[in-house]
Amino acid sequence: MFSDDIKRTILLEHYQNPHNKGLVEDDRYHLVHNASDSCIDDIKVQMLIEDGIIKDVRFDGVGCTICFASTSIISDLIKGKSKEEALHIIGEYFNMIDEKEYDEDLLEEANAFNTLSKQANRIKCGTIGIKAMKELIDNYDK
Amino acid sequence: MLDLRIKNDFPIFKNNPDLVYLDSGATSLKPRCVIDAVVNFYSCYTANIHRGDYDNSFIASKEYDDTRKLVCKLLNNDDPDEIIFTSGTTASINNLAYSYGLNILNKGDVILTTLSEHASDILPWFKVKEKTEAIIKYIPLNNDGTFNIDNFKKVLNEGNVKIVALPLISNVLGYINPIKEISKVAHEKGAIICVDGAQGVPHIKVDVKDLDIDFLSFSAHKMLGPSGVGVLYGKKELLDKMDPLFMGGGANARFNKEGEIILKEIPTRFEAGTPNIEGVIGFKKALEYLLEIGMDNIEKHEKELGRYIVERLSSLPNIEIYNPKTDCSIVSFNVKGIFAQDVGSYLNSFNIAVRTGNHCAKMLHNIIGASETVRVSAYLYNDKEDIDKLYNALKDITLEKCIGAII
Repeated sequence: MFSDDIKRTILLEHYQNPHNKGLVEDDRYHLVHNASDSCIDDIKVQMLIEDGIIKDVRFDGVGCTICFASTSIISDLIKGKSKEEALHIIGEYFNMIDEKEYDEDLLEEANAFNTLSKQANRIKCGTIGIKAMKELIDNYDK
Repeated sequence: MLDLRIKNDFPIFKNNPDLVYLDSGATSLKPRCVIDAVVNFYSCYTANIHRGDYDNSFIASKEYDDTRKLVCKLLNNDDPDEIIFTSGTTASINNLAYSYGLNILNKGDVILTTLSEHASDILPWFKVKEKTEAIIKYIPLNNDGTFNIDNFKKVLNEGNVKIVALPLISNVLGYINPIKEISKVAHEKGAIICVDGAQGVPHIKVDVKDLDIDFLSFSAHKMLGPSGVGVLYGKKELLDKMDPLFMGGGANARFNKEGEIILKEIPTRFEAGTPNIEGVIGFKKALEYLLEIGMDNIEKHEKELGRYIVERLSSLPNIEIYNPKTDCSIVSFNVKGIFAQDVGSYLNSFNIAVRTGNHCAKMLHNIIGASETVRVSAYLYNDKEDIDKLYNALKDITLEKCIGAII
């Protein structure tokens, strides 16, 4: 898997130049606001799903490196995927965080978080945006 | 500075020789004598207090009640009955808000406080406000977060102020509030002053008589004692007006099926149920330890350390300090361009323990312009070497290294 150097580069890049950052004013998008109760991470995630496909994911807010980088990377990974595929990717990401078996190939750059489980106090940072995405998909048609 | 050998009294340093503990504002480390006292109670004379007709219960009761006398010694108070044991500062303030605030506040009465308040010193008053339709007003602070006595006088004159709730020392900015002046002005207007001493009592000499404090709340765990023990000090004539929040065993003298209750005297009427006996007994040792060193000396030591922290950190161009005029050893800062929690994880990789976040003072960002900070808070066991280690770690900090510390 990635060396520490490459992991650092991936996270730094996604923190300094996050992908899909900035919310849009478009009524078709659904929005979830997730704020951590233990730290300052506070982000909003928007999603547009059409015909069962994740057409777009946007996010914005206040967050640490782990929060922004993880949200940025997973938003890239699930864009263009079907709801089922996206939920599967998110599920594999949580498996990795929970130290269970997971599909490395599916997670691509998100493998940079493969040791996040060792930092108990940062797990929330690395899941807060992803949980918002899961919530958006789960509740989209409700 | 205090003797460096103080560290030898704290077993945690034997077990973690590289630990640089700069989070005493969250909780303090414990000296051997406190740990031993707790273990000793369990190993040698476990018994409930105030109710057993046997030796161990007498010993436990005496140790427990003698702790009140030591608290008095610490606060220069003469009546141990004015010392109520609770489970901590939060419990003390809730007790106060519900048992006193709820009884004396009427619609339109004013509770005065500030935006720098810790959640535990504001949320109970929010609740009381809701129930009594009293009003909460904030005393405008100076731009640097320090207390402004003129602003206080002005707000005090504007409404029917009954309660002034303030910290002795702010938990993020480390400023000592001029309580003596504040209580004098408040009393002239017929208001009472409730002081949150969580960050103050462990660190500076507090004389409740001289400061003329009506109520004072603080926690044992922040002053070398066990967790789960706190104190509510109150003037007797005010305690007499309080309706205990909790009812139960140990607090009543008589009751009957008609629901008539005769409560015990103060302070036991406020301590229903079996208290944290071993915690209070451990707290006694903590108090003995602190009094032996002397609160004056601790205050001096921390002031010097605080100045040293500010001096060292302000020499680093990438660091912004929010309280360079700190009165104690609490210093809050940020590293430019790096999120506070990332700084915390980075410092952790050097075995340096600090606190990051908003420190439960969620309204303070209005004043300092930052929603989260890194807070270092030292205590009597810290020395300049600890601060040098902090300085050396921060000297080379980069965002990349912070990420490296997490992955």
